[in-house]
Amino acid sequence: MPTVVRAGLRRARIELRQQIMTPMALFVLLGPAVMLAVLYWLRDSPLMESALSVGQFLVPAYLAFGIISGGVLGVSGEITTERDDGTLLRAKTVPHAMTGHLFAKFFVSIVTTLLPMTVIIVGASFLVDGVTPTTTWGWIRLLLLSVLTIAAMLPLGAVLGSIFKGPIALLWTTMVIYGLCAVSGLFYPITALPVWLQWIAQVFPVYWLGLGFRSVILPAEAVVLEIGESWRTWETFGMLGLWVVIGLVLAPIALRRMSRRQSGSALASARERVLTRGY
Amino acid sequence: MTPTPPAIQTRHLQMQYGATRVLDDVTVTIGRGEVVALLGPNGAGKTTTIEILEGFRVPSGGEVTVLGETPHTAGEHWRARVGVVLQSWRDHGKWRVGEFLDYLGMYYADYATPDVQRPWPTTDLIERVGLGGKTLRRLDRLSGGERRRLDVAVGLLGRPEVLFLDEPTAGFDPQARRDFHELVRSLSDLDTTILLTTHDLTEAELLANRLLVLAGGSIVADGSPDDLRHRMSATASVRYRRDGQLHTESTEDPVSHLREAFAEPGVIQDLEVRRASLEEAYLTLVHQVETGADTDPASFGILPDELPDEREGA
Repeated sequence: MPTVVRAGLRRARIELRQQIMTPMALFVLLGPAVMLAVLYWLRDSPLMESALSVGQFLVPAYLAFGIISGGVLGVSGEITTERDDGTLLRAKTVPHAMTGHLFAKFFVSIVTTLLPMTVIIVGASFLVDGVTPTTTWGWIRLLLLSVLTIAAMLPLGAVLGSIFKGPIALLWTTMVIYGLCAVSGLFYPITALPVWLQWIAQVFPVYWLGLGFRSVILPAEAVVLEIGESWRTWETFGMLGLWVVIGLVLAPIALRRMSRRQSGSALASARERVLTRGY
Repeated sequence: MTPTPPAIQTRHLQMQYGATRVLDDVTVTIGRGEVVALLGPNGAGKTTTIEILEGFRVPSGGEVTVLGETPHTAGEHWRARVGVVLQSWRDHGKWRVGEFLDYLGMYYADYATPDVQRPWPTTDLIERVGLGGKTLRRLDRLSGGERRRLDVAVGLLGRPEVLFLDEPTAGFDPQARRDFHELVRSLSDLDTTILLTTHDLTEAELLANRLLVLAGGSIVADGSPDDLRHRMSATASVRYRRDGQLHTESTEDPVSHLREAFAEPGVIQDLEVRRASLEEAYLTLVHQVETGADTDPASFGILPDELPDEREGA
């Protein structure tokens, strides 16, 4: 195994241990716990005139949201922090360490994104009816979809994290993402929104992420709530694939640009900012 | 056999940010194994210079090589031969000293040679920088001085040929400063070229065998501390009492002055001849540059061809 891969794995193992072996790890489970409580609460409320319950509709929404927040917000937040505290500059001073670092980050992000998702899907399968794939093929599709969407989200997180500076920027990123979630029909049927908003939503990956999870998880009759009353499977894979490509093209450019600007004095001014302004 | 390139060489190095010119013309050669301090007032461009040498900044003009390669375009192989210690690191707070060095050390394993073991074994290195017994300590629980020692340890992990230390003792209390000086001095047996920046003259004199003074965008003085002291302090103050009356005089030629003084009648007591201290000389020099006086090094009596430190190979 090449040194970079071995070092990256070692780093991933140490970081995962640090994240899991702390009291903070419980907070990671707090989110899924609250979500499960909401699902249970709404398991019998009918969703508009459909045969679905609100609880049922929310399961794929939560899965999609978990990937978006874990992938985009998690990665962009970490990159912002690591830029300011010198982690990235440290990696630059050691041969090949930047590659090993990104490898580890990718690996850790996949694990930390999938973990709460697993909690939700397992928990939901006990609490709400009709929210798990019914066939082996269904489970395989769920897994493939998860991998594809994580692959689409992580590079975008890296791009956003390296473009914006400072935690205030992270707040903006968060608001943009939440805004997209709101117009993308993640938490209620998109067909309830004005048509022009539906068109905007279909440009961004969030809508396709939600559609993908609904198509895999919800019973077939739920399709009546979708645009054109179709799951549009091929379009979903096409659009998500396109966003993977966009992310993979943009991420190295953004990361390289950011890492070029990294230096001791940039670090010192970030430290100065934290000391004087407190963030 | 091709001659070994000098550790660091710059010619007419320039750096400009927008309309502000930070470095005007930095020309300097540093041989292998030298310990050099880059001195200068705040804002003189010390950090800019060292960041160009570390490969983190692209100069606006001039030439620069470190170990024979241009830093900002050099590859990972070059990176493995250079150690960097910055002043603002507070990364990896949750990591433990030992695992942190073990992890970063892995990247150097590919650069080991039959003669040189790489990485430096963690346990030895921890002892060497004076962090013995702190292997399991979390990085964010280290004191400022311990933290900087760890940074030095990371800088030394790959047994670098050149080590850069940027303001290594900034913010230290006197004890931590003294301890750190001892650590840096103890590195002299490593055959590593060390370039450190500081605005503290005492520190520079203590650690380095060659001082470079950077002011007004170029090197205005270059030599050993003794050279600088002797050549830069042209004047001496002469002070004595003749028949109880105090005489003080500032002169460029104290010997002639005294000869005349002794030739006159009267009893001379409490005679004191004092050369300007290195610090006074340094401050005068920086003041002259900053107020726009002559910045030609030759005017301070330090001619480039007189420099003692153009060491061959070493």
